[in-house]
Amino acid sequence: MANSDTSTDPSDLPHDDPSRRDVILVGAGAFAVIGGAAVLWPLLDQMNPDASALSMASTSVDVSHLEEGQAITVMWRGKPIFIRHRTKKEIEEANAVPLNDLVDPLARNANLPENAPATDANRSAPEKLPWLVMIGICTHLGCIPKGQAVGDYKGEYHGWFCPCHGSQYDTAGRIRKGPAPQNLHIPPYKFSSDTKIKIG
Amino acid sequence: MAHASTYKPSTGIERWLDARLPIPRMMHDQFMVFPTPRNLNYWWTFGGILTFMLAVQIVTGIVLAMHYVPTPDGAFDSVENIMRDVNWGWLLRYAHAVGASMFFLAAYIHTFRGLYYGSYKAPREVLWILGVLILLLMIATAFMGYSLVWGQMSFWAVTVITNLFSSLDAVISGLGTTLVQWIWGGFSVGGPTLNRLFALHYLFPFIIAGVVILHIWALHVPGNNNPAGVDVKTPKDTIPFHPYYTIKDGFALVMFLILFAFLLFYAPNYLGHPDNYIPANPLQTPPHIVPEWYFLPFYAILRAIPNKLFGVIGLISAISILFFVPWLDTSRIRSTTYRPIYKWFFWLFAINCLALGYLGSQAPEGWYLFFGRLCTFYYFAFFLLVMPIVGLIERPKKLPGSITEAVLKSSKGPQAAEPPSPAREPVPEGVA
Repeated sequence: MANSDTSTDPSDLPHDDPSRRDVILVGAGAFAVIGGAAVLWPLLDQMNPDASALSMASTSVDVSHLEEGQAITVMWRGKPIFIRHRTKKEIEEANAVPLNDLVDPLARNANLPENAPATDANRSAPEKLPWLVMIGICTHLGCIPKGQAVGDYKGEYHGWFCPCHGSQYDTAGRIRKGPAPQNLHIPPYKFSSDTKIKIG
Repeated sequence: MAHASTYKPSTGIERWLDARLPIPRMMHDQFMVFPTPRNLNYWWTFGGILTFMLAVQIVTGIVLAMHYVPTPDGAFDSVENIMRDVNWGWLLRYAHAVGASMFFLAAYIHTFRGLYYGSYKAPREVLWILGVLILLLMIATAFMGYSLVWGQMSFWAVTVITNLFSSLDAVISGLGTTLVQWIWGGFSVGGPTLNRLFALHYLFPFIIAGVVILHIWALHVPGNNNPAGVDVKTPKDTIPFHPYYTIKDGFALVMFLILFAFLLFYAPNYLGHPDNYIPANPLQTPPHIVPEWYFLPFYAILRAIPNKLFGVIGLISAISILFFVPWLDTSRIRSTTYRPIYKWFFWLFAINCLALGYLGSQAPEGWYLFFGRLCTFYYFAFFLLVMPIVGLIERPKKLPGSITEAVLKSSKGPQAAEPPSPAREPVPEGVA
């Protein structure tokens, strides 16, 4: 039979305790897995936006020159921000839409609770209904919708039209037709004075 | 296929190496005397062509990387610098860009060859799966490479394709957005995005080369399929790979390179989009975003489905469904030549893919959208309905008894008037 001095089978050893061996094996394996995961995290997290990108860089925009019916586009965090000074007719059109007709019933307004309904009042600037401030990125696949410039085709709902895949937004920037799933998002912003908007 | 090694080291150095790392023995057994079915037609030459094109892309890519600057401010200008100032830069860049198109052309022909002749069926399932994996890696690599030019099409292609992941927001709220920002390294496509796309575009071809080695390994275990789709039964059914198929592959490669050279020297921008010569502008989307031609069928499928999440699922499924083809096809025989019903569906599928390519280049409105949906339906129906059902109900034509019989029959039969095929080559002494 096996010689307990030369055998390579642990069960031949005197004082062998299989359960003790299992604890060591499982423990060593668990530490290797945890250690591996800990090493993996920096390799994955390095791709996330760093602190300089995360810092809420804010932009101040002077809108005093913007007449009714005009719109401008400014950059914030590398994204285009649509600012539109809406006409009375455009506000009325937006208000006339029953909420049940909307594809996306939520306001998508960073300044309001997440479940705020997509009424025109919840989409436009507080106390300043003619003003609409939105991130000008189609919620489908990230194109920039047309509708800011004077001659642009604005779609069937007179708001914005995305040329990539045909999404159409109304005069409150709400998705009405096409593949986009959500209303145009509204960034955190406030009027710092009557003619200045601070975004971010 | 497995066969006894016939390698005989003739010099002292060869004997020394053979006892330590027998690479000459492997090359001799696998690429010189390897028994290959004697009836392989020209559709079988694309494997060699693809290996050559991978080498072309890696070599031209490495030298281009010596001049390219992966920053939003420098990328576009450095590409123009390569075109105008770098010695031979125009040739190297056009060869790389046209080479990508030629690579995909060969890969699609190679894939359709495998589909037509049932090369995915047992015992070649792993070989097929590795091939689909290579196709997926090629798609990812080509997409990342296209982005590096940093023109308008580059920029908006990256924006649209990375935004595909945001559709996961519909599954778990916030998951898609988190993932997209992780890919971007910011809140929009920008410098960090370009830099990582460059790093990965340099890496992926070497991963492809690794999978290609596995693909060839998986080919050399069961051996080649062949146009008759019957197994090799006797040594008479095969001829050695060298010189018969090295010559044939070499001739096909030269023919292929003539087309490559024609595009490269006379129409280098024919397959590209002029908008990509406009520097990237994050504030303006081009009125009509289209991918390169080799992605158009998949783009048509994405746009045919009027829901963001399901459109993305359709796009991914269109490629990944190929992984399951070995089990979707219920036919007992391999070659479509002997399948009278399936043959019609197969060629309709080929036309359908071309039609999807055309539709992908058009705006998704009106009839284009209608036909886009029709073709998308047939694309999936071919795999999910035609393959399983036709295989069960169809009665195949009588198969030839052996590869040799198929060869002799076709050289005597009515098809004898066709252009010469290797089937009629005299069988060499010692093999027959």
